[in-house]
Parts: sequence; structure tokens; C-alpha cells
Amino acid sequence: MQIFFVAVLLTTVALALVYLFRMVFGPTLFDRLLGLNGISNKAILILVLIGTLYERLDVFVDISVGYALLNLVGAVAVAKYLEMKGMP
Amino acid sequence: MSIVVILLILSGLFFLVGAAIGMVRLPDVFTRAHALGLTDTLGLTLVLFGVACYQGFTLSAVKTVLILVLLCLFNPVITHVGLRAALRTGLQPWTHEEGEGA
Repeated sequence: MQIFFVAVLLTTVALALVYLFRMVFGPTLFDRLLGLNGISNKAILILVLIGTLYERLDVFVDISVGYALLNLVGAVAVAKYLEMKGMP
Repeated sequence: MSIVVILLILSGLFFLVGAAIGMVRLPDVFTRAHALGLTDTLGLTLVLFGVACYQGFTLSAVKTVLILVLLCLFNPVITHVGLRAALRTGLQPWTHEEGEGA
């Protein structure tokens, strides 16, 4: 079971690199915003998987909740700022 | 029990890989939002539910389910707000051009 979780963790890290590609080479600004959101989702998942692997999920799960809330606030703030500013 | 956990996590990884492929291959920000808002949310839900089933009935599993519910709420909200900003700043949605095959 330990090997299985290590494999899932490495797959998730590889998927985060795919979203990093979209964030670096995104044609518009909103592509980068979507890529950032995807990387944040993968980071939450990686935190939970690391907690499962080290058998200390009670520590890591609180960090994940905080990260999810901070992700919402940051993304909505950036999107509302771009919407009010007008044409980028 | 272990079989259920492995099946949930593998099906979740299938949807996560599909979302990543869609993020690279799709042509527009409006179409890429489908990959992020729908498929990625389903994959995260399945993987986190698998981890919660692996933990058993503890406080950590309940908090993992809390993260799952929060992500199911937040991920479509972030996608919607970003796309509304994109549409109001004058970004044109991708349409199929004439004379170009698919």
C-alpha cells in the first residue's frame, strides 16, 4: 500500500508540471489563472497524500484546508481586479 | 476495503490525467475551463474520497471529506469568476473556422 501511494504522489507531481506548462506558455492572462488554480488543486492533493504516506494526516489536513480557502480568496481577488480594470 | 480504496484512487487518477490532457490540447480558455472545472473536480473528489476510506472513521477522514466538499464548491466558483472576467474584457470564444478541417 505504501508503494501505491508513492506512485500516486509521483503521478500527481507530473500532472502539476503539465499545469505549469499551461501557466508559463498561456496565450492570455486567464489561461495563467486557470493553470494556477490547477496547480493549487494538485498541491492540496499532494499535501493530503504526503500526510497519508507519513501517517500524520492530522497535521497535513489542516494545512490543506487553509490552502483551499486561500486559493479561493486569491483567485477571486485576481479575477475581480482584472474584470474591473478592463481590457488587459 | 483495500480494493475499494485502490479502485477509487485509480479512477480519480484517470479523470485527473484526462483533465491534464484537456488542459494542453484544447484550443481556447473557454474550452480549457471545462477540463479544469468539471473533470478536475471529479478526479479530486474521487482521490480524496479514496484517501478518506483508507483512513477509516477518524477525525482526519472527516476533515478530508470537508476538503472534498470545499473543493466541490470552490473549483466551479473560481472557474466561473475567471471566465466572466475573460468575457467582460472582450475575449472572443473560439469557433470553428470555415474551410479548416476540425
